Amino acid sequence: MKALYWFSFVLTLALLATPAQGETQLPEPQKAGIEIMEKEQQAFYYPGKDMKAEIRMELITAAGEKRIRVLTMLRWNDPKSKDQKYFLYFREPSDVRGMTFMVWKYPLKESDRWIYVPAIDLVRRIAASDARSSFVGSDFTYEDVSGRNISADTHTLIREEKVGDRDCYLVESVPKQPIDYVKRISWINKITFLPLKEEYYDVQNQLARVFTADKIEEIAAPEGAGRKSFPTAVRRTMKNLKTGHRTEVTLTSVSYNVALQDNIFTERYLRNPPERWIK
Amino acid sequence: MDQVRRSVYGGLLILGIFLLFLIENARAVSAQVQAEKEQEGDETQTGGSSGGTSKKWKSFLETLPFELHGFLEARGGLRTQDDPHEPKTATLGETRLQLNLFKALDWAKFRLKSDFLYDGVAEGASVDLREANAILTPFEFMDLKVGRQILTWGTGDYIFINDLFPKDYKSFFIGRDDEYLKAPSDALKASLYTKILNFDLVYTPRFNPDRFIDGKQLSYFNPQLGRLAGDDAVIYPRKRDEWFEDSEIAFRLYRDIESYGLALYGYNGFWKSPMGFDPQAGKATFPRLSIYGLSARGKVWKGIGNVEMGYYDSRDDRSGNDPFVPNSQFRFLSGYEQELAKDLTMGVQYYLELMLDYGAYNRTLPRGSHAADEYRHVITLRLTKLLMYQNLKLSLFTFYSPSDQDVYMRPNIHYKITDHWSAEAGANIFFGEKDHTFFGQFQNDTNVYLGIRCGF
Repeated sequence: MKALYWFSFVLTLALLATPAQGETQLPEPQKAGIEIMEKEQQAFYYPGKDMKAEIRMELITAAGEKRIRVLTMLRWNDPKSKDQKYFLYFREPSDVRGMTFMVWKYPLKESDRWIYVPAIDLVRRIAASDARSSFVGSDFTYEDVSGRNISADTHTLIREEKVGDRDCYLVESVPKQPIDYVKRISWINKITFLPLKEEYYDVQNQLARVFTADKIEEIAAPEGAGRKSFPTAVRRTMKNLKTGHRTEVTLTSVSYNVALQDNIFTERYLRNPPERWIK
Repeated sequence: MDQVRRSVYGGLLILGIFLLFLIENARAVSAQVQAEKEQEGDETQTGGSSGGTSKKWKSFLETLPFELHGFLEARGGLRTQDDPHEPKTATLGETRLQLNLFKALDWAKFRLKSDFLYDGVAEGASVDLREANAILTPFEFMDLKVGRQILTWGTGDYIFINDLFPKDYKSFFIGRDDEYLKAPSDALKASLYTKILNFDLVYTPRFNPDRFIDGKQLSYFNPQLGRLAGDDAVIYPRKRDEWFEDSEIAFRLYRDIESYGLALYGYNGFWKSPMGFDPQAGKATFPRLSIYGLSARGKVWKGIGNVEMGYYDSRDDRSGNDPFVPNSQFRFLSGYEQELAKDLTMGVQYYLELMLDYGAYNRTLPRGSHAADEYRHVITLRLTKLLMYQNLKLSLFTFYSPSDQDVYMRPNIHYKITDHWSAEAGANIFFGEKDHTFFGQFQNDTNVYLGIRCGF
């Protein structure tokens, strides 16, 4: 009887310890890492049903020379999936004024991108398989602007740490496929789940780029019958430590849940920007 | 010879004035940078990116009751070899001011865009009204665009099969900005949008021909003379300018399926360049033409692929027996574009022009004429590299026809000095085994050009 008891005890332990075939159990810090990053993406790239904002980017060289990009951004979340659609209307500099740019983003496959050049009335599809390309010459990549596929990296919760007086999770994300960085470390606010700081390490494992969320504001928006507020990083900086070049982004006139419709994100409005939304 | 000298001196003077402006602006910029460095720590910088003067100018623009933008540009170009048919070495020497006015009201949007230029090669000032149109939305599902407008559709890169809107090949070949490859149309465009299909209809009440190569500035192959010609044989075609009688209609039916863009096209009008010839009058003509075509574009492998084709129904010579009117054709295009590495993009295209009723063409071709091939194949390659935070762009576009044995190359280097100032240099290089092929005929027109622009 005793032997049987021990036998079943050992068997139970063994069954518990051996993961089921095919689904390897992740260690605790990695499970936590993925959970945090999913919440971070939701808070940083997906808040609200839709969003509208004026974006001003200052591209600043090490010598202090500045170039300005000003654009209006519209974002729509597909209520049925994690797909998103973006519409950008460029205001400055003058040589790109009136250009529009549209992205249909899917979490697991390559985005579809279109650009419209008003001077020649031309709609082009953009072949940008490299999501690591710079967005309009800034220090931000396309991926930085619209989010990176979570399953492309392994995420590990390293520890908890304060940034200023805010408690943060420290998550290390390592790309599964080799790209221009080998490791990203994110400081993620435990309450808002916004990234307050990110460090990118290059292939020599040296710190190469640093992102900081410099100013966070609560933006109130209608939600159902009531109102809700979305914490939003209205000032952000990406700095390239290797070149000294940096890009400072300021978001103004941010509003959520403005009832954007899916049909805005079509060739019709690419050619004829919707005045109501870009005014 | 005096004219050449005058236009070159004129161009140099204009460039000189521009350089003075540039130096003045550069000084203002460096003064600004200096001032900003001194104020470092105070992070609340606002306003424009360069120069106190440009700040003032910007605030002036903001006080206007409409949007005003534009640029001032100087551009010069030279032939790199002598051309026995053209008196001038200069191919381009112009100062251009573009003003672009825009006003949105609740019920319509208005745009007025015009270029004012002094052309040192043609030795005259002129106005090129690019756009003067209104956009209305009479119904939720319908847009109307009325007036002078630039129109483009189709999937090709510098190759147009179903886009029969006017082109300006002269501007393209002498090194003006890409914007000028498209000439304006005076048209009504009606667009209908439904869940299943979208429909564009463009009605041009009076024929808008291409701004074709007519012999002024650029030499070409004249089939009647059977040789290269230029200023000595300028083409003055029989005009098609009867309102409503010489009208054009173009339509496009399109929709996206899973982000693949599919389209059907139709056109009823005329050959856009004077491809026909009236032997009695000794004049070039614009024969009648209809086109039916289709295209598809979307993700293929790691990039974007496209196919497009069109049947050209040359209505004035359906049998192919008239040697002075082009035969009907079938045209096919297939392309692929991919980003090879960060900020390096490559695009390749294959284009086929198939002459129908080739037997009839060959039989009726006047003796001594150069016969065109039944199949004209063209391969294009575009390489674009962006550097220095995308402020420096190097690009090379090459057309190569293995059947015509000719080549056309367009290298270009474009640098954005500041947000307002940019400079570019490039060349239009033509090679050809024979004088009568599409690109070979321009072999004496190979040119280099330089431009500087200030945008506001």
